[in-house]
Amino acid sequence: MQTLLRTPLFDRHVALGARMVPFAGWEMPVQYEGVIPEHMAVRTDSGVFDVSHMGELEVEGPRAHELLQSTLSNDLRRLADGEAQYALLTNESGGIVDDLIVYRLSPFRFLLIVNAANREGDYEWLKEREIAGSDVRDISDEYALLAVQGPRSLERLGLGETAAFTFAEGEIDGIACMINRTGYTGEQGVELMVPAEDAPQLWDRVVERGATPAGLGARDTLRLEVCYPLHGNDIGPETDAISAGLGWVCALDKEFTGVGELRRVKEEGPQQKLAAFVMKERAIPRQGMPIEGGGEVTSGTHSPMLDRGIGMGYVPAERAAPDTELTIDVRGKPRRARVVKKPIYKREAGPSGGD
Amino acid sequence: MAATETYPDELRYHPEHDWARIEGDEATLGITWYAQDSLGELVHFEPPDAGATIAKDASYGEVESVKAVSDLITPLSGEVIEVNQKVVDAPETVNEDPYGEGWLVRIRLSDPAEAEALLDAAAYRQLLQDA
Repeated sequence: MQTLLRTPLFDRHVALGARMVPFAGWEMPVQYEGVIPEHMAVRTDSGVFDVSHMGELEVEGPRAHELLQSTLSNDLRRLADGEAQYALLTNESGGIVDDLIVYRLSPFRFLLIVNAANREGDYEWLKEREIAGSDVRDISDEYALLAVQGPRSLERLGLGETAAFTFAEGEIDGIACMINRTGYTGEQGVELMVPAEDAPQLWDRVVERGATPAGLGARDTLRLEVCYPLHGNDIGPETDAISAGLGWVCALDKEFTGVGELRRVKEEGPQQKLAAFVMKERAIPRQGMPIEGGGEVTSGTHSPMLDRGIGMGYVPAERAAPDTELTIDVRGKPRRARVVKKPIYKREAGPSGGD
Repeated sequence: MAATETYPDELRYHPEHDWARIEGDEATLGITWYAQDSLGELVHFEPPDAGATIAKDASYGEVESVKAVSDLITPLSGEVIEVNQKVVDAPETVNEDPYGEGWLVRIRLSDPAEAEALLDAAAYRQLLQDA
């Protein structure tokens, strides 16, 4: 049996009475008080997630830019220092090795924050493609990552409004950290990257400032309501970015791994598309459930905001248009759903709208 | 909000964490405090149809939380005479009051003698301790 890894905040979670579960090789909090109250805290005020299991890779050197420009789907030339972008690491067939956020620290130094389960795979993938003048290092063990998310998150942390997908060195109550205006909830928020040894103190300060501890359960319901794909569920090495609806992070006018295949799919039109849907009947779709007429559910849950079952799944392209009726096989029972425009949940327009 | 942990003495229990309140040749069924606590906040109750015949130890429906699905195991055989519509509409009622407002179905017993095989509250508490 493999031993589960623990983040620097493990003792904090246990002390808060969290229910700990294995996730991607880590022992992580799935919930503290409950998925729904934690979800609502993030939608209405602020929540704090320990996402230290995620991987951090640093790519440095005079040709670091070149290495990443040829392996990532998005166009790195659009990034200035202090800016970040969502990008995919693609394989030769246009499949998705991982989805990640790349941060430009300097013209010669980049940070990639990657999925926990893909940390080693991404590192090896980039190492194999390393060129003279680029160095890839896995610095994950040196850092913890706290996501503080919600319409009041910046105010709770005493931070001013800054643009989404920017970052800067800063401090929270005297604890130095990198403050990234990124997240996985559809709400305003930051991800705080902090040296592992300072993480427990930072967690305490953030909780004292009023952010509700939230677990992986709420993280999943929050991201699915706003249709952020989860690698391993909705996207993976066998699914291409165009079919997944991620063409907007693929710069097809530059050369990168698998771009030829992606251009072809774009040109011909994808056969399947990742559609978002809301159940019309009382039922909760779950990963792997067949969709009548072809395809299956890749992510499904109960939406606390809609109080309904919601999900995403690949369906034949002609059935992916909003308002198309789908029938999902919920453990042998046909249950009707309606395709909706992404995101499934969108905050009413207001001064502190989501990113 | 959530109820506190109890296992009322007047109920009979099934080891799969289901309870029965037996009244003559009828019984009300539900899930125990332990079951609702393990699942977390319930968000869906898939009930059997009224009139359906259900057999002891078999599944008669499902309850779901955000993260998990659980079969409902009937402690006793019989015919479903009523489904608790309140739980269909507001599944969290089970978390708030698992032995009262959060009951799931009422059945007419086909073999009342089956009750002898069920656990009393003390035996069920012991089962939880030993688990």
